[in-house]
Amino acid sequence: MSAPGTSAFRVAHATPSSRVGLALFAGLIVILAGAPWWGDRQHLRLLAEIYAYMALASLWNLLAGYAGLVSVGQQAYVGLGAYLLFALTMIAGVPPLVAIPLAGVIAAIVAIPAAALMFRLRGHYFAIGTWVMAEVFRLLASQVSELGGGSGISLPIGIVTSIAPTRALREFTIYWLALALIVAVLASIVLLLRSRYGLALTAIRDNETAARSNGVNVARIKYAVYVAVALGTAVVGALIFLQKLRVSPETAFSVNDWTAFVIFIVVIGGVGRVEGPIIGTIVFFVLRQFLADLGSLYLLMLGACAIAVMLVAPKGLWGVIADRFGWQLFPLARRVETGGKPVQR
Amino acid sequence: MAELSVTGIDAFYGDFQALFGVSLNVAAGEVVAVIGANGAGKSTLLKSIAGLIAPRAGTIAFHNEAIGGMAAHAVVRRGIALVPEGRRLFPSLSVEENLLIGGQLGRPGPWNLARVYTLFPVLAERKAAPSQSLSGGQQQMVAIGRALMSNPLLLLCDEISLGLAPIVVRDIYARLPMVSGEGTSLIIVEQDIVQALAAARRVYCLQEGRVALSGEAATLTREAISAAYFGV
Amino acid sequence: MEWLNIILQGVLVGGLYAMFATGLALIFGVMRLVNIAHGDLIVLASYVALVATQTLNVNPLVSLIVVVPLMAAFGYALQRLVLNRTLGPDLLPPLLVTFGLSVIIQNGLLELFTADSRKLQAGAIETNSIHLFGGLAVGTLPLIQFAVAVAVIAGLQALFYRTAFGRAFRATSDDPEVARLVGIDNRHVFGLAMALSLAVVAIAGVFLAVRANFDPSIGPARLIFGFEAVIMGGLGSMWGMLAGGIILGVAQAIGAQIDPGWQLLAGHIVFLIVLAIRPEGLFPKVQG
Repeated sequence: MSAPGTSAFRVAHATPSSRVGLALFAGLIVILAGAPWWGDRQHLRLLAEIYAYMALASLWNLLAGYAGLVSVGQQAYVGLGAYLLFALTMIAGVPPLVAIPLAGVIAAIVAIPAAALMFRLRGHYFAIGTWVMAEVFRLLASQVSELGGGSGISLPIGIVTSIAPTRALREFTIYWLALALIVAVLASIVLLLRSRYGLALTAIRDNETAARSNGVNVARIKYAVYVAVALGTAVVGALIFLQKLRVSPETAFSVNDWTAFVIFIVVIGGVGRVEGPIIGTIVFFVLRQFLADLGSLYLLMLGACAIAVMLVAPKGLWGVIADRFGWQLFPLARRVETGGKPVQR
Repeated sequence: MAELSVTGIDAFYGDFQALFGVSLNVAAGEVVAVIGANGAGKSTLLKSIAGLIAPRAGTIAFHNEAIGGMAAHAVVRRGIALVPEGRRLFPSLSVEENLLIGGQLGRPGPWNLARVYTLFPVLAERKAAPSQSLSGGQQQMVAIGRALMSNPLLLLCDEISLGLAPIVVRDIYARLPMVSGEGTSLIIVEQDIVQALAAARRVYCLQEGRVALSGEAATLTREAISAAYFGV
Repeated sequence: MEWLNIILQGVLVGGLYAMFATGLALIFGVMRLVNIAHGDLIVLASYVALVATQTLNVNPLVSLIVVVPLMAAFGYALQRLVLNRTLGPDLLPPLLVTFGLSVIIQNGLLELFTADSRKLQAGAIETNSIHLFGGLAVGTLPLIQFAVAVAVIAGLQALFYRTAFGRAFRATSDDPEVARLVGIDNRHVFGLAMALSLAVVAIAGVFLAVRANFDPSIGPARLIFGFEAVIMGGLGSMWGMLAGGIILGVAQAIGAQIDPGWQLLAGHIVFLIVLAIRPEGLFPKVQG
C-alpha cells in the first residue's frame, strides 16, 4: 500500500453494477456451456446463431461506435472468412478447426491494403467505399470455379467428418467453438477498452479532434481497429459457414444478412457501448421469432424501427437504461483512486 | 421609446453560462458601444439579439415585438443584421455575390449594391474576386456591406477591428457615420476602447457576463472604465 | 470498329451514371449528407414511372412530366420531416437513417410489385439507331439519354453559379450559421436541395426503366455506380462527374466484351485504381 501523503494512484474499473454484471455473465457462460446436455439440435443451432450475430455486432460496434469508422461492407470479411475456410480445407487440405483461425489471419493480411485504399475516403464516402469493396470480393469469389463460381459449393463429407467422429460430437464442437468465439470477442473488446488504447478509442469516439490534439495517434489506431475487426469478422464468417456446410457468393456476401441485420442490432441496442450489441441481439432474435414470417414486411419494419430509434433515442435501448440508472455490465468505468480511497469529484 | 430593449437575459453555451441578467437599450438612430475583455460575453450578447442563441431567461424586444428565441433568419427579416466576428464571408462566393446574398431578402431601404460601392469604393474594383483573396480590411468592408444590403434598422457589429491594422480600423470607422446617418441604429462591440468611445454616444461595459458599467461616453472617466473592464 | 462501337456504348451509358452521380453529389455539397438510399430512390422513380405510364397510358418519356414533380415533392417532404433531424456533427444518424430508408424502399417495392423484372417500353425510339461513319451506329435512345444528362449538368451548373437560388445553395453549403444571418432558412434550402436531387433522380430513373430491366433489388448497384463516378470525377466538379461516369461506362463495356462476368468487376477495379493513385479525383475543385 502507498504511504499516506504520497501521490500514488491507481485507476479502478469496477462499479457495483459491473460486479453484478460480471457475476451474471460467468454464471450464464457455465449454463450455456452445458447446453449440449439440456438442449436439442434446434437449440444448439439457434444459440450458435445468436453468438455469431452478437460477435458480428460487437465487432461492428467497435469499428463504428468507437473508432468512428462506419462500414456498410463488413460482409466482405464474413464472405472472405467463409471462402477462405472452404479454400483452405478443400484445396490446401488444412483441418477445419485450424482453418478457422487461419482464415482470420489471412483476412487480416488482406485487410491491410484494403484499409489503405478505403482510408482515402472520408465519412459517408468511406461507408460506400466499404460496400464497393464487398462487391469486389463477391464478384471475385464468383469467378473462382474451384469453389463453385457463381452458384457456390458444398463442403465435402470427408472434411465434415474430420471435425469429430460422430454427428452429435460435431454439433457440440461447433457449438462450443461458437460460444468460445463470442466470449473471446467480448473479452478482447473489454480488455482493449480497459487499456490505454481503449482510452484513446473512447477519446476518438467522443471527439476526434480533441483526441488528436492530445497526442492520440488517431490514424494508426483506426488502422489497427479496422484490421482487428476484419480478423474477428472473418473468423465468425468461417464458423458460420462451417455450420451451414455450403457457401455461395450470394449468401457469403449478403448485405442483408451480414450488414443490415447487424446494423439494426447495434442501433437498437445502443451504439458506442459494449452492452448495446448484446441487448440488440436479444431484441433482434425475439422480434425474429414473432415476425420473420412476414417476409419483406419484417425487413421493412426493422428499417422503420432503426430510423425511429436513430431519430428519437439515438443512444439505443442500453443508452437509455445506462443514462437512467448508471448501470454498466462490464468493468469499464475509470475512477482515479489514491491510497485505496476514491477521489471525490 | 427604445427601439431595442434587452431585459435581464441569461445566455448559455451548452452548460456554460455566458450572460447573467444583462439589460441594454438602444434608441432609434443611436450608436451604442459594448466593451469588455475577452470572454466577457459581448459576442454572446450580439448573437442572442441576432437569434443565433436563444436566451434562457429574460426578454428581447424590438419595436415592441418579442424576438428573444426567434430564429435568426426571421430576425433579419425584422430589420436586425449582424456583422459576425471574424468576418466570415462565404468562400465559394465572389465579393459581389457576398453582397448580393446579403440583399436576398429584398427588404426595402436606402442600401443597394451601388450605395455599398459608394461607401467602400475599393470593393467595386475587386467585385469579381473570390472573397478570400481580399485583405483583412477589405473583407471587413464586404462583411459590413453584406449586412447593410439587408437594409437593417439596427446593425450589430462584432469586433470589426479584430486583426486589422490601426490605420485600416480608422478608415472603416470613419465611414460608419454614413451608416448611422441614414437613421440606422448601431451596436458596436469592441475591444478597442478608444475607437468605441469615439464612435458611440452611450457605452455598456460587460465583465464576466454582467453589465459592470453603463453611461454616456463623454461622461465616463478612464478610471471607471478600467475598473469595469478589468474588474479591479 | 467493333471496339469503337463498344467504347461509344460505354460513353453513352456514362451519361446515365453521371446523372446518378450529380443527384448524389448535389446534396453532399449542400449539406454534407450522403444518401445511402439514393440508388433505391432511382428505382422508386422507375416504379413511379411504371404506374404513371400504366394509369395515364402514355409513353414513359412523357411520364417524366408527372414523375419529376412527384419525386421532387417527395424529396422536399423527406428532407424536412426526416433527414433535417439527422444533420449535425455526428456521422452516424444520417448514414443509418438513409440506410434504413434504403431497406424500407427495397422491401416496400418488393411487397407492392414483387421481385419480377420489369421494363418500360418507349416504342420505336428504342430500336432506332443513327448510322455514323463506316459501320458505327449509335442508338437513338442512348444518344438522347446522353444529351439529357449533359443538359442536366449544364442546367445545374447554371443554376448553382448564375442564379440567386444557386447562390443561396452555395452560401448555405459554405457556412450554414452565417447563411441564417443573411435571412436564409436552412431547413427550407436543404429541402429544396433534396427536391432538386430527386428531380434528377426521377429523370435518371425513367431512363433506366426504359433502357433495361429493373426490379426492387437493383438500387444499391446504381448507388455504387453514382458514387464511383463522383469519386473518380472529383468532388465538387459536375463536369468531372460526367468524365467519371464515362470512364466507368467505358470500363464496364470493355470488361463485358472480354467476359460477361467481368462487366461490373472491371468498373470497380478501375475505380479502385483511380482511388489508389489519385484519390482526390481526376478533376477536383478545391473543396472546403
